[in-house]
Amino acid sequence: MVKTTYSEIRAYTPGWLALAGGLGVVIVAALAAVWHMEHEGHWVTGMTNQVVWGLPHVFAVFLIVAASGALNIASIGSVFGREPYRPLGRLSGLVAMALLAGGLAVLVLDLGRPDRLAVAMTHFNFKSIFAWNVILYSGFFAVVAVYLWTMMDWRLKRFYRPAALGAFLWRLVLTTGTGSIFGFLVAREAYGAAVMAPLFIAMSFADGLAVFILVLLFAAKSTGRPLGEQMLTRLVRLLGLFVAANLYFVALHHVTQLYFAGRGGVESFVLAQGGVYTTLFWVAQIGLGGILPLVIAFAGCGHAARRRATMASALVVVGGLAQVYVLIVGGQAWPLDLFPGMEVASSFADGRVHTYVPTLAETVLGLGGVAIAGFIVLLGVTALRFLPAGLADTVEAAEDRH
Amino acid sequence: MTDASLYPPLPLAGEGRGEGGSHVSAGLAPSASLTLGPLSRKRARETKLSRRHLLLASGAVLIAAPALARDKGQPASSAQHWGLLIDTGKCSEGCTTCVEACKAEMGLKGHDRPLTDAQYVRKIDVKDPATGNTHSLPVMCQHCDKPACVDVCPTGASMKRADGIVLVDRHICIGCRYCMMACPYKARSFAHEEQTGQQPYLPRGKGTVEGCTLCVHRIDAGQVPVCVEACATRAKGAMLFGDLNDPNSEIARRVATEATTRIRADLGLLPSVRYQRI
Repeated sequence: MVKTTYSEIRAYTPGWLALAGGLGVVIVAALAAVWHMEHEGHWVTGMTNQVVWGLPHVFAVFLIVAASGALNIASIGSVFGREPYRPLGRLSGLVAMALLAGGLAVLVLDLGRPDRLAVAMTHFNFKSIFAWNVILYSGFFAVVAVYLWTMMDWRLKRFYRPAALGAFLWRLVLTTGTGSIFGFLVAREAYGAAVMAPLFIAMSFADGLAVFILVLLFAAKSTGRPLGEQMLTRLVRLLGLFVAANLYFVALHHVTQLYFAGRGGVESFVLAQGGVYTTLFWVAQIGLGGILPLVIAFAGCGHAARRRATMASALVVVGGLAQVYVLIVGGQAWPLDLFPGMEVASSFADGRVHTYVPTLAETVLGLGGVAIAGFIVLLGVTALRFLPAGLADTVEAAEDRH
Repeated sequence: MTDASLYPPLPLAGEGRGEGGSHVSAGLAPSASLTLGPLSRKRARETKLSRRHLLLASGAVLIAAPALARDKGQPASSAQHWGLLIDTGKCSEGCTTCVEACKAEMGLKGHDRPLTDAQYVRKIDVKDPATGNTHSLPVMCQHCDKPACVDVCPTGASMKRADGIVLVDRHICIGCRYCMMACPYKARSFAHEEQTGQQPYLPRGKGTVEGCTLCVHRIDAGQVPVCVEACATRAKGAMLFGDLNDPNSEIARRVATEATTRIRADLGLLPSVRYQRI
């Protein structure tokens, strides 16, 4: 096996301080937003009794989904035995944990009573998929921590493969759980389908890899570590594959919905007459986040691998956020159908499409989750040897062997 | 304007009419009294209505009252299963008597923000686009036998009492709103701001979820839900409350002999609120 050398990044350089400071400012701004929302109450947000989950949940779900996906790089190297990916395993685990922490922070800070986090951790209704997710999320940290330990401590090498397999299975179950939060909602026409679980898994593969590639590119560039062209080409192709899988499940979901006569209304809303949701679906989710990355990955656009990786990954992130937005907010904008086939009206907004306009506070809170994830990655690569010292050499050597 | 004083509780009179089950004596004589049943053992109660109340109730006002007030410390029993039967044929479009009574009873003060203000009961006007037929009906928590809100609640704050009443334990509600996502009836509200003017029997808290309690505080005290009472005394008496488990109760007899339906019965949640003529 090719020996990979890992090293910490240097702390307190001007670049390090600028990055840490920038992320810190966003985190402080997010905490201020939380204080505002919790002090005043949620009426100051765009969320209502109709659209109960808003932009914070979009960020939270995106980050949580991307977290499990980011771990795939490590799994590909360990569980599936692809040597070229192994040097990236440590960073993959770190990014996964950081993204999950960022996502959970947003989720918790948007609760009506975030001070009752201890209640959520001590009172479990085991029939609730939400409660199971609390366990799955907490367990993910432990499982990935053990996995990372087996990667980084040679004395634990014999536990490396079992830990890798355990982490891979855990992440699959975790994303199944996240998808099922929506899949188990019988009353919401936009959700309530078993396909939500595999759809979320496919989504996580694409979104997680995209975020990971962006982190890797940034880390390599900012620390002056070489990154092999072949590795990047390989990652972009893999990203294309995951994007295609995501598109497949999206298509499957909507075709199934369209087939059910009773769900024609919500489909017409999302696909054709939903205004901002329809635009986000076709332009951001399908066009920018789906078709274009596929073209970049497989048709070739003449740019260098680094440029293609950056473009494709950024587009997938934009598309992923749009996908979650359309799913969560768009799904709630469509009214509940208490009397199928009837026209209804009430003082409680029954029978009409609900509006939702995210406020600055919600946006900042969501970005705060991203900043928390970034900060954790920064601290991680500063304190421990997560980053390979010479990515290009190692990767190319592994490539030759392969 | 709503105020609790506008809806004084019906006067209670008399102790113990002995065994006799539920019966209604609704006449128009000045001394007419409406006896709420079933009456049993020594704590049975009788409610008198004035002639005016009965005229307002205009017709058969059937309010099946709880059997007994529950003693403190005594748990709710699965021997009872409280439910409502709402005859939409008697529910006028534009009438919000039950809604206003609920707001007053529960201390729900709006902030002139319809999208975030709490509504435990709302009137829904329904129109069949194919025929033009319209009707109006109140919709509140349907107190399902298999409540989706209870299934999804991560902490168990959403719960169903032994007697079928679905409630939120605000001490362990974390405000995640997953129950609001899961409820097909849009029956719950989120307390979007600091609450003032709370009623002692209905603690409300910013950041927690709330909804119709079926006036559990009144039921435990041997009274009927305030919406039912208000509809009977100030509107057309479209709502019937009672114990679905008691075969002698008016509600049980009627659901056994008359055509009733539940909203979104296809979802299989088995609501305890039934409707007629929808």
